[in-house]
Amino acid sequence: MKFAIQINEGPFTHQAADTAYQFTKAALANGHEIFRVFFYHDGVNNGTMYGVPPIDDRNVQQMWSELAEEHDLDLVVCVAAAQRRGIMDEDESKRHGKGAANIAPKFRISGLGQLIEAGIQADRLLVFGD
Amino acid sequence: MSTLHTVNKSPFDRNSLDTCLSVTKADATVLMIEDGVAGAMQNTTASAGISDAMAKGVKFAVLGEDLRARGLPADRVMDGFSVVDYAGFVQLSADHDNVQSWL
Repeated sequence: MKFAIQINEGPFTHQAADTAYQFTKAALANGHEIFRVFFYHDGVNNGTMYGVPPIDDRNVQQMWSELAEEHDLDLVVCVAAAQRRGIMDEDESKRHGKGAANIAPKFRISGLGQLIEAGIQADRLLVFGD
Repeated sequence: MSTLHTVNKSPFDRNSLDTCLSVTKADATVLMIEDGVAGAMQNTTASAGISDAMAKGVKFAVLGEDLRARGLPADRVMDGFSVVDYAGFVQLSADHDNVQSWL
């Protein structure tokens, strides 16, 4: 079965980012397909590579990047939500005259159409948030 | 059309479980996750509403990992609940036509 995942919460707010990750991992382990993971609202904060949590804390961004590497996941960050919170790729960074990009490996920035498409193409869309 | 409802807030904090139960139909399952797992405990102010929904045919499940993370013993979960893991969460999502998250 094809699942799409929407995440509305950052890694240091409550538990939703972790629950979404655990769900995605379990779905893949049980032979399901993850059509797309869409990071929306504060969820875009999962996609910055400049986060440096203490060494004994989990690093949710890194966990997503590694899972995406392993399973070729499509991790999409909402562009409008990302701009507000300073999450940028090279193009966005140049366009806004900022110094550097901070989008994490395997994440990409795109628009809400990607969420709508995921809702249409996947068999189930699950929303994780606070 | 069957729906899996996920509730991630404690019923002692927010009213999302009550709201969820007010729209659940007989073929639905309510899965309690994150802080929502507190609602699955026996003899609370949430128990009567859950029992009423069970009598209507609504099924209930609770995420075992989130119970353990909060030190809530599985043997104090209300009768009629199934305790599931993340793989069980995935299976419930696949078994229902829709998933509705009560955030």
